[in-house]
Amino acid sequence: MKVLKIATAGSVDDGKSTLIGRILYDTKSLTDDKLEAIEEKSRQRGFDYLDFSLATDGLVAEREQGITIDVAHIYFSTPSKSFIIADTPGHIEYTRNMVTGASTAQASIVLIDARNGVIEQTYRHFFINNLLRIKDVVIAINKMDLVDFSEEKYNTIKNEIEYLASKSEYKGQNLTFIPMSALQGDNVVHKSENTPWYKGETLMHHLEKLDVEDINDASQTRFPVQTVIRPKTEEYHDFRGYAGKLYGGDLAVGDEVAVLPSQTKSKIKTINFFDKEFQEAKRGSSVTITLEDNVNVSRGDMLVKVNEEPTIAKELTATICWMDKEPLKASQKYYIKHGVNDAQAKITQLSSIIKTDFSGIEENPSELVLNQIGDIQIKLSKPLAFDSYKNNKSNGSFILIDPKSNNTVGVGFIK
Amino acid sequence: MSNTTIQVDALESEAIYIFREVVAQFEKPVLLFSGGKDSITLVRLAQKAFYPAKIPFPLMHIDTGHNFPETIEFRDRLAKELGVELIVRNVQDNIDSGRVKEETGRYASRNMLQTETLLDAIEEFGFDACIGGARRDEEKARAKERIFSVRDDFGQWDEKNQRPEVFDMLNGRIDLGQNVRVFPISNWTELDVWSYIEQENIEIPSIYFAHKRKIFVRDGMIWSADDAVVFRDEEEVVEERMVRFRTVGDMSCTAAVLSDAVDIAKVVEEIRDSSISERGARIDDKRSEAAMEKRKQQGYF
Repeated sequence: MKVLKIATAGSVDDGKSTLIGRILYDTKSLTDDKLEAIEEKSRQRGFDYLDFSLATDGLVAEREQGITIDVAHIYFSTPSKSFIIADTPGHIEYTRNMVTGASTAQASIVLIDARNGVIEQTYRHFFINNLLRIKDVVIAINKMDLVDFSEEKYNTIKNEIEYLASKSEYKGQNLTFIPMSALQGDNVVHKSENTPWYKGETLMHHLEKLDVEDINDASQTRFPVQTVIRPKTEEYHDFRGYAGKLYGGDLAVGDEVAVLPSQTKSKIKTINFFDKEFQEAKRGSSVTITLEDNVNVSRGDMLVKVNEEPTIAKELTATICWMDKEPLKASQKYYIKHGVNDAQAKITQLSSIIKTDFSGIEENPSELVLNQIGDIQIKLSKPLAFDSYKNNKSNGSFILIDPKSNNTVGVGFIK
Repeated sequence: MSNTTIQVDALESEAIYIFREVVAQFEKPVLLFSGGKDSITLVRLAQKAFYPAKIPFPLMHIDTGHNFPETIEFRDRLAKELGVELIVRNVQDNIDSGRVKEETGRYASRNMLQTETLLDAIEEFGFDACIGGARRDEEKARAKERIFSVRDDFGQWDEKNQRPEVFDMLNGRIDLGQNVRVFPISNWTELDVWSYIEQENIEIPSIYFAHKRKIFVRDGMIWSADDAVVFRDEEEVVEERMVRFRTVGDMSCTAAVLSDAVDIAKVVEEIRDSSISERGARIDDKRSEAAMEKRKQQGYF
């Protein structure tokens, strides 16, 4: 079964949790016990309607404050597809958790309160979706019941977002606008009679027919070695397998490959998955391969097809989203994790802060604080084999780790 | 038979990737194994991740002493067949020495007491990564958990300050004394697990299939009446019904469901059509809205 990962984004009280609850309710994915719990709690708190956020806000602090602090993952399926929705927080101070939820998503839903229109947080969410290059973005214009299902309101918001999209560097995006009321169920799973002027699909119908493909499909073969498998048993005396997950492209027995960064060449001898051998491996599979020659390969090395080599360098330029309370400053040192590879990294230049309302950049800032996005240059302690993020999401992204706290402090998108 | 491509399911491939990251990033990992369907699934995934080498870490069971005998028998046999070390630590030992106090009364359960024994064992062996079969679809506090979830040396989960986990890069750097709880099947649902067990033809303990059992009904839940560890009032009526267990936690807090599902295919069908969630049969979760979150803050799995 195909799995579609979706992230939601939207400001506080735009109704993200309500929307998810509505989807679960209308697709009959809420089990009786969970529904009863929601009904009982809503009654206890004296609400007029069912508070679906009670289904997704899993932390005490979230229920106390009525906000989402961290990503919740919600699961449901229809006959043709499984869905994972990352319900991400809308508050500006939890932007890093929004990035966490959105980073693995193939599609994204940005909620806008029809009464308020496009606000600063919308810019930010739209910007992050574009930075992550999420291909399918649904602009859910919610709470239409509170603006009398006005087509004019809908069009104003649509035009504003289209204007933003025109300013974005990423042009491969499919934007879909849907007027809805998550609370009352208009155009979420069932088509609404309140919006006769809207000729498009319902949200679920749109998600149902989305292809579970992503940008990596067209990318070249990248096989980072996670671990070397050496059984050291009588039966597999000389077995030396390289285990990893195939990012992009494909691999077949007999393919000529280069081991990076050493650039030693060899050929694929076998492709194993558990107790079976295969002739070919497709993108996304976690396989174990063996090579014709006894070459030196260890964790962090990458196998690629000869003549399809990525950049191999000891420095790189990237856009970074900062996720730590302690600001990023030029000349600081971090660990860099690039896929399964590690190195030390020194920030050689903090070139700019990028404004998330698409209004431009601030050049040569002194630091980058929590939730800011900027361009940096990095010097590495050893060469890494990388692509640009636009060509390969997995091989074009990295995280920075603070050696003092061990925390993940930033996520980078290689230029 | 096509033998030219590998069609690995995305969830399986992701889980195998996570297992390999654990072995590469940690010195002393352990797989927490209860003999239940989720941890059995983990074992199969671990086998696949390192094949043809053996699973490169031990299995550990924190035994409450109130487990179903079928599960214990299954646990010991599986470990033997795999040739993997099985560590068992008993909650009873901590009760005997007075470190923890057993609950009494009709809702008494040893579930909470497991935490202490687990933390002791982590310290005893110096485990830096504990792999578990928790899934985000089980419970709403679970839904918030990262795949690599850092715990301090008291085993505590700081739910408001979790590390960002972006793309599939897993940051396993920790300080001495900390450990990481790892959840390779975070993104699986109960139905995914059952479908996988069916697809892979994995053996599971017999109590997952419908069988005749003496039961009694309390608070709308079906309790096993055969087992001395389950508290029963004299007026609670015992009857014999066809039941099975959807989860195999501690006997004292795991309710059965009425079922005719005698094989995997029927179990999958039953789960697909079920209108009750899996945790609906876990009595401990019903204690309060935040029961799971509170247990996790204290170091519970």
